[in-house]
Amino acid sequence: MVVTDEKTIENTDWEPRIVGFLCRWCSYAGADLAGISRLDYPPNSIFIKVPCTGRVDPTFVLKAFADGADAVFISGCHLGDCHYIEGNYKTMRRFEILKETLKQLGIHERRFQLTWISASEAQKLKEFLTSMTSSIKELGPIQLPILAPLQKEDKQDD
Amino acid sequence: MTEKLKLAFYWAASCGGCEVAILDIDEKVLDVVAIADIVFWPVAIDIKYNDVRAMDDKSIDVTFFNGSIRTEENAELARLLRAKSKTLVAFGSCSCYGGVIGLGNLSSKEELLHRAYITSDSTDNPEQIKPQLHYKEVHIPDVLPANYALDQVVDVDYYLPGCPPKDTLVWSAIEAIASGNLPAKGAVLAPNLTVCHDCPREKHDERTIKEFKRVYNFQPDETKCLLEQGLICMGPATRSGCDASCVSVNMPCRGCMGPTDQVFDQGAKMISVLGGLIDSDDPEEVKEIVSTIVDPVGTLYYFGVSKSLIKQSGVKRR
Amino acid sequence: MVNITINDQEYDIEEGKTILEAAQAMGLEIPTLCYHKALSPYGACRLCTVEIELNGRTMYQASCQYLVEEGMNIQTESERVVNGRKKMIELLLARAPEAEDILDLAYKYGVKDTRFLKEFDDVCILCGLCIRVCHDRMGFKAIEFINRGIERKVSLPFEDFHEVCRTCGSCSTYCPTGAKAVQLENLTHHTPRPILSEFDQGLATRPAVYTPFPQAVPKIPVIDRNNCIHFQTGECKICQDVCEPDAINYEQEDEIVEREVGAIVVTTGFDPFDPNRLPQYGYGKYPNVITSLEFERISSASGPTEGEIIFPGVTEIKSAAILHCIGSRDENTNRYCSRLCCMNALKAANLIRDKLPDSHVYEFYIDIRAAGKGYEEYYQKMLRSDIRIIRGKVAEITNIPDLPEDEGRLTVVAEDTLLGAILRVPVDLVILMVGIEPKKDARDLAHILHLPCTEEGFYNEKHPKLAPTETVIEGIHVAGACQFPKDVPDSVAQGESAAAAVLSKIARGEYITEPTKAEIVDDHCSGCRNCIGLCPYLAISFDEEEEIAKIDSALCQGCGVCVASCPSGAIIHRGYTDKQIFAEIEGVLER
Repeated sequence: MVVTDEKTIENTDWEPRIVGFLCRWCSYAGADLAGISRLDYPPNSIFIKVPCTGRVDPTFVLKAFADGADAVFISGCHLGDCHYIEGNYKTMRRFEILKETLKQLGIHERRFQLTWISASEAQKLKEFLTSMTSSIKELGPIQLPILAPLQKEDKQDD
Repeated sequence: MTEKLKLAFYWAASCGGCEVAILDIDEKVLDVVAIADIVFWPVAIDIKYNDVRAMDDKSIDVTFFNGSIRTEENAELARLLRAKSKTLVAFGSCSCYGGVIGLGNLSSKEELLHRAYITSDSTDNPEQIKPQLHYKEVHIPDVLPANYALDQVVDVDYYLPGCPPKDTLVWSAIEAIASGNLPAKGAVLAPNLTVCHDCPREKHDERTIKEFKRVYNFQPDETKCLLEQGLICMGPATRSGCDASCVSVNMPCRGCMGPTDQVFDQGAKMISVLGGLIDSDDPEEVKEIVSTIVDPVGTLYYFGVSKSLIKQSGVKRR
Repeated sequence: MVNITINDQEYDIEEGKTILEAAQAMGLEIPTLCYHKALSPYGACRLCTVEIELNGRTMYQASCQYLVEEGMNIQTESERVVNGRKKMIELLLARAPEAEDILDLAYKYGVKDTRFLKEFDDVCILCGLCIRVCHDRMGFKAIEFINRGIERKVSLPFEDFHEVCRTCGSCSTYCPTGAKAVQLENLTHHTPRPILSEFDQGLATRPAVYTPFPQAVPKIPVIDRNNCIHFQTGECKICQDVCEPDAINYEQEDEIVEREVGAIVVTTGFDPFDPNRLPQYGYGKYPNVITSLEFERISSASGPTEGEIIFPGVTEIKSAAILHCIGSRDENTNRYCSRLCCMNALKAANLIRDKLPDSHVYEFYIDIRAAGKGYEEYYQKMLRSDIRIIRGKVAEITNIPDLPEDEGRLTVVAEDTLLGAILRVPVDLVILMVGIEPKKDARDLAHILHLPCTEEGFYNEKHPKLAPTETVIEGIHVAGACQFPKDVPDSVAQGESAAAAVLSKIARGEYITEPTKAEIVDDHCSGCRNCIGLCPYLAISFDEEEEIAKIDSALCQGCGVCVASCPSGAIIHRGYTDKQIFAEIEGVLER
């Protein structure tokens, strides 16, 4: 049986922290446009720029979750529109395997999303972030079925 | 040589295969005995835990510790042997990465016990009796909430992975210890390359598959790369040193040697490799192909759940 | 060499030449009709007859057949010669009173009419050109003279159709009566297949040797091998005989020239939208529904109709409809704006009004896009003219009229969205302003050059503002409509910009590339070959000797796909290393 994270605490102060990996050509430019256009979107997401979504090593996603991200998303150019020809197809294929793996590791599938946002789709980015943030708020803080640390004070040679 | 080396061997949560692996060095074990005294080896020598407790700290030169930490007893002995040893070697995949037992971390302790003593198909336990920790004056060590690799409990000096470790690696480790010619602390005593380096199979640059297969589905071609035939072979993401044992007998690599030094998460890297194999541009078809990967965690983290980035995040962060 | 005198002038002429050849070589004109440089002389029309004085004797001979001899004194324009010619013209005129070549000659020699009985039924002048070209050059021997005397005529063997005719059409091409005497349909049961001119949008024909279009660079005729008779039978070679500079070379083969270059500018252009995809507009069904490109040729003074707006089957163009956005801004075809059709449509309206001042012109538009220098002014001028500019997309073109007097005309069905009224407008001409699409093979080229494309298949520039002609591939630039629909001024501007960008890089002698590239740590590479097939730029190769992968940093564009996929962590991405990104993740998640 798989242990999944469930809504356990109702903390009013709590705000989800979302890490987004955005490709330099489309989505990051789209985020720039959202800024220039003065679009409002929830401040819960922090973007990390990558040259192409193809650069997003699944390790990065795991690392972000391990470091406390409540959700992670990857956003790139539309399929067929990649500035590196087909990087986003490679991401899409990886994403599916990673999503299945994360599900089995106990991470709700809504916490890991893939989207395609072009440089002109600031509005789409805003809508995506708004819906993702509210959906993560519904899920609540991530409760990774982590290794509870053993009593380190017992370690005699520390 | 004025004084003989003092060696200790211990098995924690382990199948016993690693103990046998030490004997895989065959007659060379006599050379070992010539230069070293074995001061503790529960499987072979009758020395009690109290005898070890009575030893001076750092009086054992090298302890080879196999098996993961799953019970209170495993943890206690790990701490005890750490204190008594100058050098602690995590021996075998369970000790290095948590091993197969780590897959238990996908479930809670209670679920595991329930499964083991109540619901498993071979269990005949109508009264639903579970192990008791205390019975009269007897105390049975409790099962820990999760399964740990050795270095998640105590400091480890060297890692010697493998399920079980290859005899050549064991012998070269012993040689290195005997000669004092050891690498920096924390090193893995195996080459920093992947299984593909040793794999004799024919590999191609363009590799595409429409379906992931499992070994019972078909008889793979013995000369071609197993990944190209749709089998999930962990070879590309797995450290070499095993002389490509599994792939030489037409079985895909399961990844027992763990990742190379540069890699943080073996399973994550393997996801990239598998993603690169899928031959489709259509998201729906990709989903279908991915659905042919049965049990992704069990395949990609066969030995590594305990040490996977996500599962060990609590240990590191808190 | 023989010494002869022509019209009191002495010449040295090579032996074996005919008098006609000698005279033509000296620049003297002797009229001919049945003579052709490429064919054996026949002496049928007698127009080339000259007066020859040799050894004290005077004679009149056809110059096309008579060889020069030492001491000949030749008069080409003596009174008797000219009188004889006039009579010949009169006789020819009687046979073919409407043949242009003969009328030209008559005009030249002042022959106003013929005294002989005019023969309108049988216009053949029996010059034999058609037969000679068919026999001598084409080698088909499909036609022949039959009968004798007044019964003589050009016909088929046994006066029956025969397989040997290949409908090459050279007989009618050579006929001095304007092909009236030899009509292909009377000679063959094969269907003649005229070669349609690509430049004229198939509205006119062209020969098998042709200049592709008037501004072609280089402006040199080419041979259409698929249609040239020589490339099918090995015969003909007439063009070789008539080409004075001897420039025809049948051995020339297509050549693949390999050049090493430092930069490539891709300017492959576009394909016009195929209006057959929108059957409601009746393109291909009604001859007077045409595309904007066809209208361009029809309205051109150098086009097939010499600028006259005429169509087969349409007697008078009383009104015309111009339909905007055919294959542009349409959810069913292309969603983007093709940018240049609005102005082109306004121009077409202006041209029709100019050439047919009594006609009515209707423009059906969605929005007018008149962004460009002088464009808005032109639009305003059109608005003030009597052209009816109607906002509404046409639903259908039909040949079912509303009123009986409009029988045979087309009816445009549309909604005027400003008035909210359904319009049914009878017209005689419909012009479809077809949109711009990427070339059919744009993606093939993109694959070869590793260029990224938009969803539609236009090539993507590196940055719309900062690098509008560059692509993500170093050294490859784009210009013109292959990047996105563009009119001529914009294409020229982008083309010049691309050329300048390339030249400035070439002048520097070396390329400065982005430093964010992938690099393999040799010691860590296990040679699993996982990365090689993933690289979209074929920058990674396998070194068989060292058994590791190698990255060509000139080809690497730094996408990082291989880095993320390297299962042994042997590839490092400069500028985006794992460590750097890990630090970013840790940084953004720090509490």
